Amino acid sequence: MTVHEWLFIGLFFALGWMLPTIPIVAGKLLGPKRPNKIKQQTYECGIETVGNTWVQFRAQYYVFALVFVVFDVELIFLFPWAMAYNKLGLFALFEMTVFILLLVVALVYTWRKGALEWE
Amino acid sequence: MDITAESVVFLILSALTLGSGLLVVTSRNLFHAALYLMLSLFGVAGLFALLTAPFLAFVQVTVYIGAIAILIIFAIMLTPQVTRTNARNTQWVGAVVVAVVFFAVMVSVLTPLMDDLGADDWSADFSEEDPDDVPGTSLADLGEQLVDPDYYMLPFEVASVLLMAALIGAALMVSPAIADDPETETGDDESGG
Repeated sequence: MTVHEWLFIGLFFALGWMLPTIPIVAGKLLGPKRPNKIKQQTYECGIETVGNTWVQFRAQYYVFALVFVVFDVELIFLFPWAMAYNKLGLFALFEMTVFILLLVVALVYTWRKGALEWE
Repeated sequence: MDITAESVVFLILSALTLGSGLLVVTSRNLFHAALYLMLSLFGVAGLFALLTAPFLAFVQVTVYIGAIAILIIFAIMLTPQVTRTNARNTQWVGAVVVAVVFFAVMVSVLTPLMDDLGADDWSADFSEEDPDDVPGTSLADLGEQLVDPDYYMLPFEVASVLLMAALIGAALMVSPAIADDPETETGDDESGG
């Protein structure tokens, strides 16, 4: 990648940072402030909040996180392969099919064992 | 040392990485520490990009920030004492010793390596020539080599087996349904797993 392309990514990064920041800062600076007790409550889709926000979450979430990590790493392998796809032959397609099928087998196993069921 | 655009970006990214790294270890709130860790990893991704290793930067963002940091945040959310914001690091003396020793090892290993490369002049401006002519750095080249039997075909497929094992292992270790299953003989009575 050339320096020019990195400048482009830097521009995206700057924009991505500015787009949420400017409305928040502008709202703080320009908006009128007349707080009352109801306005100061935590906003949760219009429902009154119940209990503490910091609760212990269910351990089952961790399975989904682990499965996500595995497929995230798979993506890392898919990405360069996809970039070179036009130059690659049928054999490369076969290799990637084997690669993905092995992971599909693991996913089906995980699914069948009930690890993805929410109880 | 000349001040180039690269050195300015390098200093900013280094300050980001080191500063947020320092906040990770000094922050009393575990959740904030995890968020600072993500910022620190992002700085490392920027340093990879500065070293003209875009794929490594991409991997750093997707795997470390996207997956590993999420795992860490999940682990914090699953802790019963998640509300305890003033967590004390009672092992900080040991941590400092390990960090200093690790730094010394890294310096002693990398310094002769840098001398071999002839990179003792740290102000050398590598960006003058386009780094595109460095062989094998383009992503398409990497993709070609990944499925080439002469290069990385076998490690590539072995990686798939490794990921499969990781997925099955995760399912076996965490799923409560497995523990009740009489067909699985091993590992089901270690509930702490």
